[in-house]
Amino acid sequence: MTCGETFEAYALRAIGIGERLLPQTDFTLCQQFVLIGSGMVWNLYFAVLALSFGFFLAAAVAVARTSHNPLIRKPAEWFVFLFRGSPLFIQFFFAYYLFVLLPREGIDINLGFVEITADTRWLTRAWAGALIVLVLNTAAYSAEIFYGALNSVPKGDVEAADAYGISGWTRFRRIVWPTALRLAWPAYTNEAIFLFHATTLVFFSGFPTRGQQGDALYYANYFADKTFNPFVPYPILAGYFILGTLAIIWGFGRINRHLNRHLPQAVRQPIRFRPNYIR
Amino acid sequence: MFEFCTDPTALPDWQWMACYLTTGKHMAFYNAFGTVLLLLAITAPAALALGLAGATAARGRLWPVRAIGRVYISIVRGVPDIAFFLFFVIALDQGFEWLRHQALCPDWDQPIRQGSDFLVCPEAKLPLTTAPEAVHQAYGFFLAVISYAIVFGAFTANVLYGAMNTVPRAQMETAEAYGMTPRQAFWRVMFPQMWVYALPGLSNVWMILIKATPLLFLLGVSDIVYWARELGGAKVAQFSDYPHPDWRAWYFLFLLVFYLAFTAVSERIFARLTRRLSRGQATVAGEALRKGAA
Repeated sequence: MTCGETFEAYALRAIGIGERLLPQTDFTLCQQFVLIGSGMVWNLYFAVLALSFGFFLAAAVAVARTSHNPLIRKPAEWFVFLFRGSPLFIQFFFAYYLFVLLPREGIDINLGFVEITADTRWLTRAWAGALIVLVLNTAAYSAEIFYGALNSVPKGDVEAADAYGISGWTRFRRIVWPTALRLAWPAYTNEAIFLFHATTLVFFSGFPTRGQQGDALYYANYFADKTFNPFVPYPILAGYFILGTLAIIWGFGRINRHLNRHLPQAVRQPIRFRPNYIR
Repeated sequence: MFEFCTDPTALPDWQWMACYLTTGKHMAFYNAFGTVLLLLAITAPAALALGLAGATAARGRLWPVRAIGRVYISIVRGVPDIAFFLFFVIALDQGFEWLRHQALCPDWDQPIRQGSDFLVCPEAKLPLTTAPEAVHQAYGFFLAVISYAIVFGAFTANVLYGAMNTVPRAQMETAEAYGMTPRQAFWRVMFPQMWVYALPGLSNVWMILIKATPLLFLLGVSDIVYWARELGGAKVAQFSDYPHPDWRAWYFLFLLVFYLAFTAVSERIFARLTRRLSRGQATVAGEALRKGAA
């Protein structure tokens, strides 16, 4: 099998397109590169969707945490505590077994005039169940970041808005939130990197792979188990993840420049890669 | 455990539960919490030592030393930690076996890597195939501890590196002016002061470390996750004295609560520690404490 043929057979193996059987013997370097790369599809899928849904949920939770009404503030605080205080790994397990417990046939919802059957089986699949957990998890961590940023919005900005007669929703949308986002962005970049790395946990935590369609770490682990040689697949995986991390830093850096475009050059905060200050 | 446990089928609910929760396997489950605490107790100081070494290396004057320190700090953080755990456990095992192979069997002429196999001479196997099960378990745990220490050493090194750079430069210059050697200045001025700057980062690393302990399960150690899956699975009356449906969700809920309590307690302890260390420091928190006392 040439490398081109391998690419054709396995490039989309992680989503079930191409050769059905994984390579069993005589593993080539090319196979490892292609298969682990194809697994990255899942890591990207989880990271991109979880970040895009999680961002809006996090914004809502962060605003709820600043509320003076305890009925709104307390649930937000508990949500953040629950997801930041426990390991993501355990959250995956718990969510998976909870979804398994839901009735196989679906839940009957009686609306009085019509009865709907909610199908719950898809929740036990990784693409949905794990995504829900990741969205909630990143929302909790990001909400903490945004909450801190909302509290550090300069007092003068808000007072100036008041003086101009901007208040309520308009003040939040035009003054408070853009400033908070600008302040939170470097920390949020690190959260994005961490979430990207956390996507490797999905297929090792309860959620089963179907037809050996797993993520990059799943295939790297497969090769390491088969060849009993960890020195090839894991560095390949590391290379892919370093590339992904650099891409995130680049992309979020562009957005950071955009958010800071009105500031004088010297005041702009560059993004520094310091993930461990968040989690 | 209790004397009324001889025939569980005929027991009322609460006695059944009491018997169920004290079976031998449940005792192993509770002991596994001890394994987690043991891992934390060994890993935390080891990671701190490695972190100190890494941070000092990254500040070293010789460029090869500096390069090693910087690469160590940055590589581990660019790649998912779980990949490192899976990698180190096999790599360390093979590394140890290879070293023993070189030492114990110098006249072994076959290659070690044969296709998909890693073959060392029987005397170099770790642990020896004749060793009891407990030794195998302990060896697995030992490998896990080293992997954790290496990964979290890098996290700690990053925090300490930052903290060392935050200690006011003027204080180091003063130390130099008093004629202290760099070594003396480090141990007498920088080392005692860097902790208050490092504490927020260190508490964060500790939280990550707590939350990384369930990954022990992936390294083949029978930890709490292993037992929760084992005990929670549905049991039928034929094979078990205590038949029950699938309870894994409840077992994991219990683990979730355990970790929540653990992190909440840790957070409080760190808050007190920060207060204690801020005393007399040239920081805002230290100033606030001084004003509060006066």
